[in-house]
Amino acid sequence: MSGWETVVGLEVHCELRTRTKLFCSCRNAFGDEPNTNVCPVCLGLPGSLPVLNEQAVELAMRIGAALGAEVRPSTFHRKNYFYPDMPKDYQISQYDEPINVGGHLDLPDGSRVGIVRAHLEEDTGKTSHVGRAGRIHAADYSLVDYNRSGVPLVEIVSEPDIRSAAQARLYAAELQRVLVATGASDGRMEEGSMRVDANVSVRRAGSPVLGTRCEIKNLNSLRSLRAAVEFEAARQVVLLEAGDRVAQETRHWDEQAGRTLAMRSKEEAFDYRYFLEPDLVPLEPDPAWRDRAAAAVGMLPGARRSRLAGLLDAPGPSQADQIEALIDQGLDDLVVVAVAAGAPAALAMARAANELASSMEAAVAMDGGAFAALVVLEGQGRLTATQSKAVLAEMLASGGGDPVAIAAAKGFESLPDDALRDVVGGVIEANPQEWSRLCGGEDKLTGFFTGQVMKATGGKADGKAVAAELRRRRG
Amino acid sequence: MSDAAPLSAVQMAAAVRAGERTAADLVDESLARIGRRDGEVHAFLHVAADEARAAAAEVDVMAAAGRDPGPLAGVPVALKDNLCTRGLPTTCASKILQGWRPPYDATVVERLRAAGAVVVGKTNLDEFAMGSSTENSGFGPTRHPRDPSRVPGGSSGGSAAAVAAGYVPVGLGSDTGGSVRQPAALCGTVGVKPTYGVVSRYGLVAFASSLDQIGPITTCVADAAVVLEVIGGHDPRDSTSLAGPPPRITEALGRGVDGLRVGVCRELVDGTAPDVAARVAEAAEALASSGASVEEVSVPEMRYGLSAYYLIAPAEASSNLARYDGARYGLRVDAEDVAGMNTATRTAGFGAEVKRRIMLGTYALSAGYYDAYYGKAQRVRTLLIDAFARAYARVDVLVGATAPTTAFPLGDRVDDPMAMYMSDVCTIPSNLAGHPAISVPFGEGDDGMPVGVQVLAPALHEERMFQVAAVVERAAHQRSGSPQGGRS
Repeated sequence: MSGWETVVGLEVHCELRTRTKLFCSCRNAFGDEPNTNVCPVCLGLPGSLPVLNEQAVELAMRIGAALGAEVRPSTFHRKNYFYPDMPKDYQISQYDEPINVGGHLDLPDGSRVGIVRAHLEEDTGKTSHVGRAGRIHAADYSLVDYNRSGVPLVEIVSEPDIRSAAQARLYAAELQRVLVATGASDGRMEEGSMRVDANVSVRRAGSPVLGTRCEIKNLNSLRSLRAAVEFEAARQVVLLEAGDRVAQETRHWDEQAGRTLAMRSKEEAFDYRYFLEPDLVPLEPDPAWRDRAAAAVGMLPGARRSRLAGLLDAPGPSQADQIEALIDQGLDDLVVVAVAAGAPAALAMARAANELASSMEAAVAMDGGAFAALVVLEGQGRLTATQSKAVLAEMLASGGGDPVAIAAAKGFESLPDDALRDVVGGVIEANPQEWSRLCGGEDKLTGFFTGQVMKATGGKADGKAVAAELRRRRG
Repeated sequence: MSDAAPLSAVQMAAAVRAGERTAADLVDESLARIGRRDGEVHAFLHVAADEARAAAAEVDVMAAAGRDPGPLAGVPVALKDNLCTRGLPTTCASKILQGWRPPYDATVVERLRAAGAVVVGKTNLDEFAMGSSTENSGFGPTRHPRDPSRVPGGSSGGSAAAVAAGYVPVGLGSDTGGSVRQPAALCGTVGVKPTYGVVSRYGLVAFASSLDQIGPITTCVADAAVVLEVIGGHDPRDSTSLAGPPPRITEALGRGVDGLRVGVCRELVDGTAPDVAARVAEAAEALASSGASVEEVSVPEMRYGLSAYYLIAPAEASSNLARYDGARYGLRVDAEDVAGMNTATRTAGFGAEVKRRIMLGTYALSAGYYDAYYGKAQRVRTLLIDAFARAYARVDVLVGATAPTTAFPLGDRVDDPMAMYMSDVCTIPSNLAGHPAISVPFGEGDDGMPVGVQVLAPALHEERMFQVAAVVERAAHQRSGSPQGGRS
């Protein structure tokens, strides 16, 4: 791969979390009994007509606002092609006048990926091919569930600004966070709420010309996205280095085999015969509605990231990981509350990222005040790290509680300073050789003495206080 | 017509509301007339006798209980078979929809029922409303009630024939390029194409969505006004339905035309048969003698209407008719794979004219041809709307012929699509512009067959259009010396 550059553009389909479908009042829900959320409109029965869902427009505008796109007056077109999961044999989609134009997404690694557009369209039904390989060719028969037919989608098309499989994954993950933040989508790739198509090409490093691209369809996890882009770029490099050409085609990612396969070739390329949908009228949201939609967007991941980082003097690499974990788990608000209540920021982040993450449901429901109180106790040295983790575990298991009361019930209390001094003195007297070595500069023996003190106190001593007492006695 | 002229819809409803007649009697009489004659005429594809009697009984129960059954109480109506009716067959006269029963009523059907009207059956049409003679039906042609060797026009030929034969006082049709007005003219009935968006298209099986409008076919102008008031008005299920209350028309019927400016549209007279042109001239004279100022007006852009229409309508149709693929309802012809099933089903299910238009439309929308065909046709449409606006700066309404000729013999034009398409040359401009137009019977041609005079008005000026139509109708009655009832 050396000497080659990978170029990727992504098309992400995001199902909107509306109550009803894009053009009818059927329920928009995942996982219901097949063909129960259907009506003449989403079944495309003769004589039925679409009526645009206001909530879908609102959510599309929120996505536009989150991506810094320009929200514009827009129209709908018909995209004509035959497929049994599409009841009208055309899809209503936005074509040359999409609702959101332009914008960008900033990734956690500091890179920026341009957005071409984010437009509204309807989803198709879901086909299951029964028998053989689960593909339409050679299937014994096929079943179609039209519950998904007419579910609102926003398709977000990126510029070909992505330069690696890892960056493609990063983009999709960040976009997922943004979509969740807007409230427009649950971003669940495993349920198909977010589906990714990747346009991949390669070119000689430094070349300004784009190579011939292949489109990899329906990647349904971040891992598949990364693996598919990696495979596809390598495949193209092998072809080009052998003096062959890359054929522009649509490819399918075979998860088991770990490779992409040609789906349909250019010969079968569709002519979608787009034309303005005569059953709908132009969409022109007034500025006040656009502003309301933008205001409804929650705090975006970039802002959440800087808010946490701002609590620290200079975040180290492990803290950067903690910040990502906290944002993904939605625990950043808890940390901010704890810090505002006086908890040390680094400690609050560490406890939230490492301890709370083990029990997400309870963690998300945790009372911010109680968490803050616990971290403050540990920060003041009134609980040791071990004790603090134990109290936190109890708070998670019992669904909350007062950390002071739990610590007391467990018999956790730090030793009074004079008692600690006595214990440390006793341990030194019992280990005179080790003590002289420590005083002679063998710092690693600090751990030995700390361990002996902990043993003598049944773990009640605060490790930091022990270290301080040892330093004082060494002089 | 061998039967005595039946009552108008307005008269029937008045009699039922006054307790003088029962809906059950009116419906039974209608069914009896259908039974006597429709073997020959073949206006109906499906007669819903049981459902009609049940509905009539409900109207009578309401009336007996002292509640108002509505402005069309007990009036038997015939629906073109491209209007969805819950539980009743809706075929569009196509084998591809044979056996399909919609799970819902079209908005116009709901509104008719709510107004007390009783649906007696579904009428024949050119398959998917594509045609001008009702000969393109997948289930055999409809014949002209006055001369069974002739066509009733089309595509709403079944509804026009049902009204002309005296089966029912009211039929509903759909008008995409003249499919209500042209058969109305050929059958000697009144036919209305409302302003695009006045009547909801929900439940009308689409032919060309940007042109389709549902309209009434009746024996008199007053009945058409009442029916349009019932079926018109905003419908939230149709995004192209216009906001606002239903049109108010009936009160305009007696206003006369004193002081109105009437333009005789040269393009709607030139090229029509001499006997048809003569009737238009007589109607214009009658309007002048009723106090209107009459002048000749030219809208030259109308000449491009037919060409633009035969790009736009097939283009939209090619998309609208894609859904008949054998997967979900109607005909299915099995094959090895899905694409094979689609092809086999559509090959067997669609008739020649439908296939021709799907191919024309598919071509017009194809990449590389879109701008030259569909795009250009849409620009012609804009030019035509501008040209109408210039004409309406000078006159209040336009008048002309509805169809270039009277009813022609069966089989006369089936092998010459262009000749058939020319049947709609006078009606198409109103569809392209989205404007209202009405056809009013005005005398006969040299062959003794009815002639229709067309009154065109600017968008949403149905009131003015009906005001003029009522005067034309009165003049037609005076001309023939028949006092004919029907006006309340």
